Amino acid sequence: MKKWTLFMGMALLAGSVWAAREMSVQVRDGQLRNRASFLGTVVGTVAYGDRVTVLQTQAGWSEVRVADKTGWIHESALTPKRVVMSAGAGDVRSGASGEEIALAGKGFNKEVEAEYKKQNQKLDYTWVDWMGQQTIGAEQLIQFLKQGGLTP
Amino acid sequence: MGLLATVLAGLCLTSGCETVNHLTELSTEIACASGAITEDQATSINRTSQAVTKTFQDITPEQEYYIGRTVAATVLIKYRPQPDQNLNRYLNEMGQALAQFSTRPETFGGYHFLLLDSDEINAFAAPGGLILVTRGLVQCCRNEDQLAAVLAHEIGHVEKMHGLRAIRSGRLSSALTVLAVEAGKNLGGAQLAEITKAFDESINDIAGTLMNSGYSRKLEYEADAAAVAILKQAGYEPGALVAMLENMAENWDSSRLDFAATHPPPAERIAQLKKAKVKSSLASNDARQQRFLAATKSLR
Repeated sequence: MKKWTLFMGMALLAGSVWAAREMSVQVRDGQLRNRASFLGTVVGTVAYGDRVTVLQTQAGWSEVRVADKTGWIHESALTPKRVVMSAGAGDVRSGASGEEIALAGKGFNKEVEAEYKKQNQKLDYTWVDWMGQQTIGAEQLIQFLKQGGLTP
Repeated sequence: MGLLATVLAGLCLTSGCETVNHLTELSTEIACASGAITEDQATSINRTSQAVTKTFQDITPEQEYYIGRTVAATVLIKYRPQPDQNLNRYLNEMGQALAQFSTRPETFGGYHFLLLDSDEINAFAAPGGLILVTRGLVQCCRNEDQLAAVLAHEIGHVEKMHGLRAIRSGRLSSALTVLAVEAGKNLGGAQLAEITKAFDESINDIAGTLMNSGYSRKLEYEADAAAVAILKQAGYEPGALVAMLENMAENWDSSRLDFAATHPPPAERIAQLKKAKVKSSLASNDARQQRFLAATKSLR
């Protein structure tokens, strides 16, 4: 019996070690919810590059811990890569591959966009910026669905 | 399932695994959307046959966001926005609600929608979730479920990263090499010029595909399959997509430069959907119909 209990304990420990893996936030603004659904209440926010500890996963959602906050976030907001926020940081110097890191702000970025615009005077980002500001709050989305007799 | 595995194994030997991966994903998506197999089974099949094509996948969501902004700005050189506050609000409410039911509800900057002042029947999904829809296409919709089908199809293109796939292989290699070599320091003028050149080529590939050549049939069917899944999850009538395509077929003119130039004929897409047992439906409900009529009032 003791051996069985020990075995179960070790199996559980191994399971939790496997489950508690580190991920990075790969969206500009992420929201943590109290359950594995966008219908859940927002209990906190995370930002691009934040490292989170995944506690468990469920149907495309991950329960994560970051600092003193715990909540659910959709897996499409997370990457196993470490997001390095500034050039020359430790991971970059150590030669980590692109598989392991993503360089925030590098590659196609604001600077490249500005350079490209200089070469293409017809480009106007006014409406693109306007589009980016059109964000409907979670409560309003739920209301929209309910009012239309949709899910939920 | 056994038969599917045997067929896939055979294809892998004869056609190369990359093709098989694509076919696998497409067939599992449609089978899953139509209820022939469960989502878990579909995930399992896809996971075991994932492609190793990395080029477009090496683009981070942040870079995808910047590509999408400029693709949208490029579309807006040719098309004017229609600043109808009510309709734009309605498109964003519906589109952002639908996006929550996609397999990729989170992108770097989120999903956003804009109405274009054009009689053409067309829509453009820029990478990262900036989706532009013409007035002509909205006018083609008879109810909210049909408009939802249009938006869900465009969300499908974003979900599957079709825009990024349009970048020709080799375009990004120089930029990615610069990044790999220069990762530890700020980019100088020469490197910035090289990355801007790769950016320019990538934008041209994507905008050219969206506005002139169109995606392949396979990718359009993929976006249709994604749309069916999204509509179903959200509680909309999946058959609204077929009904919408039937409306488009009435306006079909292969000499037109809009959706006729960039999409397979509606009849082919309808046939593909029928294979997956998705039948035309005009069903909606009163609340949805009323708000659809109110939001699109200015277009009638």
